[in-house]
Parts: sequence; structure tokens; C-alpha cells
Amino acid sequence: MTGDRAAIDAGELAALQVRARRVRSHVIRMATRGGCFLGASLSCTDLLVYLYGRALRVSPARVADPDRDYLFLSKGHDVPALYGTLVEHGYFPAARLGKHLSVEDHLYWHPNRALPGIEFHSGSLGHLLSVAIGVALDVKLRGGPSRVFVVVGDGELNEGSMWEAMLVASARKLDNLVMVVDRNRFQANMATEDLLPLEPLAEKLRAFGLAAIEVDGHDFAALDAAFAELPRPGRPSAIIARTVRNKGLPSLEGRAERWFVDLSAHEVEQLVAELEGGVRAEISSPVKVVR
Amino acid sequence: MSQVSPTIPSPTVTPATTYEVTLRALAEADPRIIVLTAENRAAIRNLPAVLGGRFIDFGICEQTMVGAAAGLALRGRIPVVHALATFLTLRAFEFIRTDVGIAGLPVKLIGSVPGFLSDGNGPTHQAIEDLALMRAIPGMQVFCPADERELCEGLPAVLASPSPCYVRLNTRASSPAMLANAGARLAGAREPFTLGQAEVLTDGADLAVLGAGFLVPNILEACTALRAAAGVEARVVNLRTVAPLDEGAIVDAARACGLVVTVEDHLLVGGIYQAVCEVLVRHRVFVPVVPIGLDARWFTPGRLPEVLDHEGFTPVRLADRFHQAWTASKVGALGAGADTKGTGHA
Repeated sequence: MTGDRAAIDAGELAALQVRARRVRSHVIRMATRGGCFLGASLSCTDLLVYLYGRALRVSPARVADPDRDYLFLSKGHDVPALYGTLVEHGYFPAARLGKHLSVEDHLYWHPNRALPGIEFHSGSLGHLLSVAIGVALDVKLRGGPSRVFVVVGDGELNEGSMWEAMLVASARKLDNLVMVVDRNRFQANMATEDLLPLEPLAEKLRAFGLAAIEVDGHDFAALDAAFAELPRPGRPSAIIARTVRNKGLPSLEGRAERWFVDLSAHEVEQLVAELEGGVRAEISSPVKVVR
Repeated sequence: MSQVSPTIPSPTVTPATTYEVTLRALAEADPRIIVLTAENRAAIRNLPAVLGGRFIDFGICEQTMVGAAAGLALRGRIPVVHALATFLTLRAFEFIRTDVGIAGLPVKLIGSVPGFLSDGNGPTHQAIEDLALMRAIPGMQVFCPADERELCEGLPAVLASPSPCYVRLNTRASSPAMLANAGARLAGAREPFTLGQAEVLTDGADLAVLGAGFLVPNILEACTALRAAAGVEARVVNLRTVAPLDEGAIVDAARACGLVVTVEDHLLVGGIYQAVCEVLVRHRVFVPVVPIGLDARWFTPGRLPEVLDHEGFTPVRLADRFHQAWTASKVGALGAGADTKGTGHA
């Protein structure tokens, strides 16, 4: 997808890493006074930072440009990572993040179009691959250059509508469509493989007609190489990005019960310090079971 | 008074045409229009050859089709989406509500064989809660044409509106009574079709009969028979749209007649009966309202004429039921003796 662009260089790699850390810091600061879905937000942070930094041909000046690239955040509850990424790219001021969960603004647990740069609302799993297909179909009809990226959760692949949409995307040969799976191996309360096993996921996606590539979703250089292999003419693509729930916070990484969290102010500061390389935080907030 | 009624004059009444021909003409004139189907092609069989890439068959994937319709609308298209009414409104309900409804996108949902028109299919195919579901979605318009002529008349307004719209597809030819009535009343001076504006077909003052969709011709015929047989003069109101509702026409009819009968091939829950009652209560018009519809049950499947007879919706059966309602109101017996079940009465 990066076409004839040079491979990612050390300077750009470092810039992406700095940006990802800043986004994670924003996300952690949204995980208080009502909380947020921290685990999923941190697992997809590097994906969003990569996509906005290297793959998407879009900018704050181009949010209404019909030839822009589109990104649809299908699972939706990871939106703090998108809020943070959009702030870092100048779509809206960082001060608005302080309005998270305030009725005075539009930043809540799921995305909506009132925020610059957000293409569509989501929150109900299994919808935006279909919506993205509509956009991709129109781009094809008009012969436009836009590519359409859809970030989906692995738990979201429980939904039958996802597989229905894959059948349609393949039938329509939508090679301008890229499904990015945040493969953090958890859904709300448990490991994906303990509930409805998805593996062998890549084989399943290929059987549905997608060109599927597995990659380390936290390795920018690997992501760059994977996206460079796309598109495959006549086929929609899938990037299965292997990620870690709560990535960046060793004290919370991979913990099933820390999906939605509502932290104390002190815990927020501890986790931000941990993110910056400090000691592991001691999190004692009650575990929230929201699903 | 309609609350949201984009007023788009339709062309003057044209000779009978078909839904397919009308849609084709509109699509050829407006490249934004794109026709989608979930392998439901009966009414649009000739469009693929004409529209090329603007005709997309999704296969039996109602959810994906509706989600994609939202995506197409985001790109400026006006998707006209076809599926069986029951699968469109039930299987894809959340996609309609969440992707089309929340965003308020101009997606036009065409549900085929709604209500009794599913005749022999059985309960799986009976869209008899579609009006309740669709009118519950904020901003959704719901159009129930009385026949194909009215469908074709309303289609330009439906497609020109910036709102989403659900259409109970009805490709039945106009009945002689509808044509005669139109000819006599309108004499070439027909009011332009307006979404949200009811049509008063007869202006009697003994009882008001309110309905929409393919039962309207039967209502009209029943009321003609009732006048001939018993001298009872009904005001027949073709609501046309269940959302927005023509509240003024409903209130006027209730005040003029003092008795309202609603007719629908729909569950009494959330359909025309309840919508009319809500309007009357809101306007503090307290008159008896007798529902003729499906009371908490699916209808008995069969050939359509037999279904209508069995369920009490032929002109003859309707005339009888209207007469019962009128008689009961005269003796103050409404509420005790009014037939609301649709079957089991003389």
C-alpha cells in the first residue's frame, strides 16, 4: 500500500513511537471519571498511529475530500485511541479530550461523526465492514483513488454479519478495501479461543476470499512491510495484527479482567509513569464488569 | 398537520405505469440513485441491463446490503434497497436503525409482499410489525401506497426527500372504485402528491375509516356498499404515510364523524390504530376508535382472496364490520361489542 515509498527509516520509526506513547498517555487519562475501554484502546493504538502516520492519505484539511482514504473504526469501544491519534494529527485540540464523557462535547465510549476526522459512528459490533463496503463500492463505481480501511476487533468476528460482509466484499472484488483485525486475543471477559475459537483465522479469511497477512501489530516496520504487500488485485485484504491487550502497561498487559477500567486520579498518574518507563503501577480500582 | 413533509410536486397524473418503469426513469435522470437488492428482483427484473453498475445484487445478505446502503449514502448516493418486507425490517432492523437511522441518511427501503400480500408464505414471511418498527425510528418516513398508481406518484417525492423512507411495496393495479373515485372527485384537478398528506376519498359524516396501503381500495368499496345498503356515509381517509402522519386529517375526520375505524394488515401494536389513537389523545379528541387489524396473532396463510375473506378484509366483510361498528356506536355499545379480532364474527 505504501507503493513506491521508501521503507520506513529510523527517524520516522522514532517519530511513530513517540506519537504512540503520547496517544497512550491520552488514552490512560481518559480512563478515569467514568472510565473507558482501556484494554482494547491500547491494543490498537499502534495500528491507528501507523495507519494515520504512514498509510492513510487523509489530513485535517481533507476530511471532506471525496478522494481521501477512509478509516472506519468498527469495534468502536477502542475510540480513545482514535481520539488521541486524531489530536496528535491536528484534527481537533487536545483540550477536548478533557471533555471525555461530558455532555458538553461529543467524546464518549463510542465514536460519532460530530468529531472532525471520524467517518461514522459505531459501537454495535459487526456493522462498519458493511458500511465500508458501500463506500468502497462507490469509489469503484466512480473510479476514485480512495482506499477504505476498517479496523475490527477479533471478538467482533463472532458476529455473523462480519462473515456475510466478507462474502460480499469478495464477490464484488473490492481490492480497495482493507480489514485490519486487532488480534489481541481477548473479547470482553475472556480469551477469544476459550469462547468461540477463531483460529486458524488467516485460513478462514483466505477461504472467504480475502488476501490475509499476519503481522506483529506493535512493530511499525513489520506493519509497513505488510501493508506494502497490498493490495492484491481483485481481492479485499485483511491484515491480522497480533496485538496485546493493554499494550504499553506491563502491569495490565494481557489481563482478562482489565478491559473496561475506571481509574482513580492517582492510578492514572501511576500508569502514565509506568508508560514512560517508571515502576509498575499497583492498580486496585474495583474491576468493572460491563458486559 | 404533517410534522415533516418535504413538498415535492409530482408530475401530473399519468396513465398507469409500473414501479419498475418509474424507478428506471428516475434513476436515468439522477445518477445519485443506485438500486440494491438482496436477491429480490421481482419488481425490478429489467433494471440490471439498464443501470449497469448502479444495480447491485448483494445476494441474501440484508444486513450487509443495508449497511452498504448507508456507506453509499455517505458518498452522496440515494440507495433504493429491495428485499422482502419481513427480512428487510426484521433481519436488518438494527442496521436500519443504527446505520441509516442514527445518521439520518436518505436510504429508501422497499419492502415487498408486506402484510397480507405474503399470502401463502406463512408467519415467517408476514411483515405485520414493520410499521411499528419503522415508525419507531426517529426521522424515518413510512409510505404505504394504496396501489401501483399511488406508488409511482409518490416515488419522486420519496427519492427527493433527504430522509430515510420505508415503503410497503404495492404493485397492484388500481381498483375500479379507486379509479372512479379519482375521476369523479378530481376531474383532472388532483392535488399534487405530498408526503405526509392524507387523501380524503369520500367525505361522509357517519363514521371515519382510516387506512393505508393495499386495503384502501377494499375500504372504499366497502363504504360504497355500506352507503347503498344502509345509507351510512363514511369518510374514507387514505393516510398514505404512517410517518409522518397527517394529524390534521385524522383530527378533522374524528371531529366530523364522532366515530373512527382503523383498518390495517398489521398487528394492532404500534400500527395505524395506535398511531391514530395517539394523535387523537394528543389533540384531546375523545371519540370511539374501533381497530380492525391483527390482534396479537399471525394471520392464517393461504391464497390472498381466501385470506382476505377468512380474516374479514374483503369489501363485503369490511362493510359488515363497519356497519357493526356504526350500529354499536349508535346504541352506545362500543367497547363491549366491537369486533377487534378480525375473525369469529357473523
